[in-house]
Amino acid sequence: MTVVAAQYNRRRPWINPKIKEKLIHGFFFANGMISVLALLGIFALLTMTSIPAFREINIGSFLTGFEWNPTSYVKEQYGIVPMLVSTLMVTVGALLIAIPLGIGTAAYLSDVASPKVREIAKPIVEILAGIPSVVIGFLGIVLVGPILSKIFHTHNGLNAINGSVLLAVMALPTIISISEDALKNVPSSYEQASLALGASKWQTIARVKIPAALSGIIAACMLGMGRAVGETMTVLMATGCAPAMPKSMLGPVRTLTSSIAIELGEVAYNTTHYYALFALGLVLFLITFFINMISDIILHKYEKVNR
Amino acid sequence: MKKKSVSQAIGFGLLRFCIIVVLMILVVILYDIFSKGKEAVSWEFLSAMPRNGMTEGGILPAIVGTFLVTVITAILAIPLGMGCAIYLNEYASHGKITRLIRMSIRNLSGVPSIVYGLFGVVLFVQLMKLDTSILASGLTLGLMTLPWTITASEEALKGVPRAYREGSLALGATKWQAIRTNVLPYAIPGMLTGAILGLARAAGETAPILFTGAAFSLPFLPKSLSDQFMALPYHLYIMATQHHAIEKVRPIAYGTALVLIALIFCMNFFAVVLRYKLRKVKVE
Repeated sequence: MTVVAAQYNRRRPWINPKIKEKLIHGFFFANGMISVLALLGIFALLTMTSIPAFREINIGSFLTGFEWNPTSYVKEQYGIVPMLVSTLMVTVGALLIAIPLGIGTAAYLSDVASPKVREIAKPIVEILAGIPSVVIGFLGIVLVGPILSKIFHTHNGLNAINGSVLLAVMALPTIISISEDALKNVPSSYEQASLALGASKWQTIARVKIPAALSGIIAACMLGMGRAVGETMTVLMATGCAPAMPKSMLGPVRTLTSSIAIELGEVAYNTTHYYALFALGLVLFLITFFINMISDIILHKYEKVNR
Repeated sequence: MKKKSVSQAIGFGLLRFCIIVVLMILVVILYDIFSKGKEAVSWEFLSAMPRNGMTEGGILPAIVGTFLVTVITAILAIPLGMGCAIYLNEYASHGKITRLIRMSIRNLSGVPSIVYGLFGVVLFVQLMKLDTSILASGLTLGLMTLPWTITASEEALKGVPRAYREGSLALGATKWQAIRTNVLPYAIPGMLTGAILGLARAAGETAPILFTGAAFSLPFLPKSLSDQFMALPYHLYIMATQHHAIEKVRPIAYGTALVLIALIFCMNFFAVVLRYKLRKVKVE
């Protein structure tokens, strides 16, 4: 019975196979376009929700204002400079720690480590990447904070340095794995030529391989920077979050991300303050978008050169 | 000659120092969480409701909440991710549109998680009127997971030799038949592994669920997908920073962190085992 049915189907398919193939192709194409739609959708919704904020806030004072005080009884102020400075401080601090460590680790893994060490170390870097940011933020409070307050004799250790240390941990896996790929992609003839000319292995790594892989390494650092700028939970938990202009690395800071996280929970939907928070989100989106675009262009160029 | 070997010794020493620091970071993180968390974790901790303003009792609702949200995330992200990867690897030509899609995927994976949270508030909570719920949070996380599942699925498809497709096409199969019978069966283990790894990351995310459905404290289990929920990462955040008796609930916070990390490790482990098992079946 089923055989007969199958033969019947084969003779007379319910739909012309060519059309069917086209439909399937179209289906997968639509599916592929979802990522484009998602990206555009995020941008469009953020923009649309930000615009009402600027009916009451002057864009100039939004971008250059030094005061962020949306709940003031006297005069609400929406200036994002303190947050930009805070974000910059923790990001730069994080990169100062993560870039040397990351490149060193990547160079070790790609050129010095024995295959056995590499087998063990690679999954460890992946495990580090898998630890949730909220856990790292928690350790910032219970572990890094007390250590910092002892070293610097401050009241508590919730400050920009703490945030930098934690963000460095968050950015490390990205920097390590992409730098390592870049170092691996350096043609082996470079290395062989350098060694044949009498350079030591270390000289080859430091003066031939790393410079040859530099564009990839820079892209890796930029991606790490993108992660650090957009990271929310760690900075929210470990940087003290005072909404004023930061004074030093030992003082509390409040980044773009943590401001959104703190205030969106308390604000009523569809008020100026609410829209202003979306404007913060838009600024954040644009910053990370450009960082990612630049690293993308660098990586792309670099791929082409090596082919 | 001597100078060279000295500089090499110093240089290699520096590189070794770097990797040791990185390993130490992981050891310290895991040691601290495990040593202090294990005292808090007991059967009661895993199976009871929070009591007494969350200073006693367990974290069952948070475990259930994280589980339910992850299921929604999977339902959205896995099929879409696979479909997108099939398009990119099997159908797409090297054109502008393909480049645009790839660029979007890379950029999506760089969008900060809190921005996904904002997007979820407007689209799912407000425009789609899902309110703050498991569904809204799951969809937000699903969208965030999408670029990861696409990338993982595409890697899996790339691993299938071209000859499989060509052999099938040469025998007169249509393109879709070739993909369905000769490509997907071999790619699906890798796709699922990648998807589970992505889900593990999503399960630990806090920022996207902050405003789309996670609740401070709900001493009962969610009844439907449109309820608010407790989630492990959000619970840890609350216990670490927002609770009125922070020092008193430290053990609970450590316990929650341990359960969260253990859950993520289990998912990763499961993904690796799954890949291994399915590969074996295929060979047989």
